[in-house]
Amino acid sequence: MKTASFVVIAVAAALAGCASKETKTDTPVTDRSSGVTAPTPSTAQRSTATPNRPSSVAGDPLRDPSNILSKRSVFFDLDSNAVKDEYRGLVQAHSRYLGDKRDSKIRIEGNCDERGSREYNLALGQRRAEAVKKVMTVLGVSDGRIETTSYGEEKPMSPGHDEQAWAQNRRADIKYAGE
Amino acid sequence: MKRSILLLGALLLSLAANAQLSIDITTTGGRQIPIAVMPLAGEASQPQSVSEVVGADLARTGLFRLVNTAGISPIPTEPSEVSFPDWTARTAEALVIGKIERQGEGRVEVRFRLFDVHKQAQLASYSYVVAPAQLRATAHRIADLIYERLTGDKGVFSTKVTYVVKRSGRYELQVADADGFNAQSVLASNEPIMSPSWSPDGSRLAYVSFDQKKPVVVVQNLAQGTTRVVAAFRGNNSAPAWSPDGRFLAVALSKDGLTQIYRVAATGGQAERLTDSPGIDTQPAFSPDGQWIAFTSDRGGSPQIYKMPASGGAAQRITFDGTYNVGPRFSPDGKTIAYVQREGGRFRIATLELANGQIQVLTDGTLDDSPSYAPNGKMILYEATSGGRGQLAAVSGDGRVRQRLTSAAGDVQDPSWGPMPTN
Repeated sequence: MKTASFVVIAVAAALAGCASKETKTDTPVTDRSSGVTAPTPSTAQRSTATPNRPSSVAGDPLRDPSNILSKRSVFFDLDSNAVKDEYRGLVQAHSRYLGDKRDSKIRIEGNCDERGSREYNLALGQRRAEAVKKVMTVLGVSDGRIETTSYGEEKPMSPGHDEQAWAQNRRADIKYAGE
Repeated sequence: MKRSILLLGALLLSLAANAQLSIDITTTGGRQIPIAVMPLAGEASQPQSVSEVVGADLARTGLFRLVNTAGISPIPTEPSEVSFPDWTARTAEALVIGKIERQGEGRVEVRFRLFDVHKQAQLASYSYVVAPAQLRATAHRIADLIYERLTGDKGVFSTKVTYVVKRSGRYELQVADADGFNAQSVLASNEPIMSPSWSPDGSRLAYVSFDQKKPVVVVQNLAQGTTRVVAAFRGNNSAPAWSPDGRFLAVALSKDGLTQIYRVAATGGQAERLTDSPGIDTQPAFSPDGQWIAFTSDRGGSPQIYKMPASGGAAQRITFDGTYNVGPRFSPDGKTIAYVQREGGRFRIATLELANGQIQVLTDGTLDDSPSYAPNGKMILYEATSGGRGQLAAVSGDGRVRQRLTSAAGDVQDPSWGPMPTN
């Protein structure tokens, strides 16, 4: 029989003071535009390829690190679900790929930083995924090929608890069916 | 031989370490009832001290002060053996005495009496015949009776709580006694588990599982261990809330675009849409009379709490202070809503009295979430994250009494307080 898993401590309401320290959240979101939208020269493609990389990966643009299609994350500003210009290239590339590969389907998984209520964050993450989907449908991808879901705050990319970590965690990830 | 003794020793040690309940009570403002809980005659030879559990239950509420019982000899077991002036001298206002006696078939009889020391009168007397393994549960029932007799409110010491434990990337849904003992894992997964919610009869839990790599709503029968996926529509499926009759769940689905509120049978099937807004509608909660659903919506720009008839229809906004008020939960009497509010970047638990709009902020954490009322409405259990670590805490409805429930096991989150036991 398992017994107590808690230690119960009652503390006075008055003991915990109300130090109202404002956290600064105006740290700029890390600029990820370089290396994401800028096309990599084909010569660089060769040099970044690791010699022992499986051949299946080498031939798969979705997993080739030098191909923009291997970039899957769209990052968002605080309290925002606007797809920023720096991620347009990434979203366009996936839209084009879906246009070519008619049998491919994707799921866009939205994510939030840890602040706020868990269930509302789950819905906010899905709204971010919807924002990415909207860009793709405008580019011609049919609605039925994109499912938007969310992990809310449950799957942070960065485990930290500061603005830098939060910026990593406010994102939508593009996942292809079967991945 | 030697090895088995070592193993036994290790087992006893771990049991003792787990069972250690560290209680530190301080309250502000409220008057505590001084109560003496005498050791029950005969309990020393039993596997579980009943009087210790009763005393700990009462003390943990913050409404009682345990009076020293040391040096009282012999232990009184009958009214005629009680010397009331001694207890007055020790400042006790209430006194509990009793005894445990062996019965046939390995069972024991637990008898207790509660006295008003000033009036020198017996307030209650009960006896239970139980197996020794039930002594802890019996102690909780005794504490419930004492609590109700002395405060006028039902005790919740025999209730259960559920919560999610997260450690090294693994998630467990656990059910434990209200004092944190007898924790049992009812579900384990490498994917997140969210928003567990008790059916009104306590037989089932609804929760959000990510085992399908996206949120779906599952109902699990606790006695049978069987599970049923009741909402796995395209997109997100989350935030299950039971109707008071246990037949329906209000859920948040994104199958038609952004998250909206729907109703499904507790056994699954079609989803009936209840809200139709251009924003996010989520976190539904039925009022105890089943007439209303309160929920979070950001249709007006910022997330606020609204209520609508339980069958859907026109919603009216009920929170107006601040720009972030989410996650409503009705008190058992339906008069108050507990929710999460943000102020100055901090997320705290607050209550709103529906009749007069009065708001009280009850906690002072930085990332408090998931308030859940005790079934007697006296305490609110919630998740208090600090320094990135999820722990549980509880606060009384008037904000005076606070408890912190810490587990060495890992992050603890998403608590839900179960209903009153049915027997």
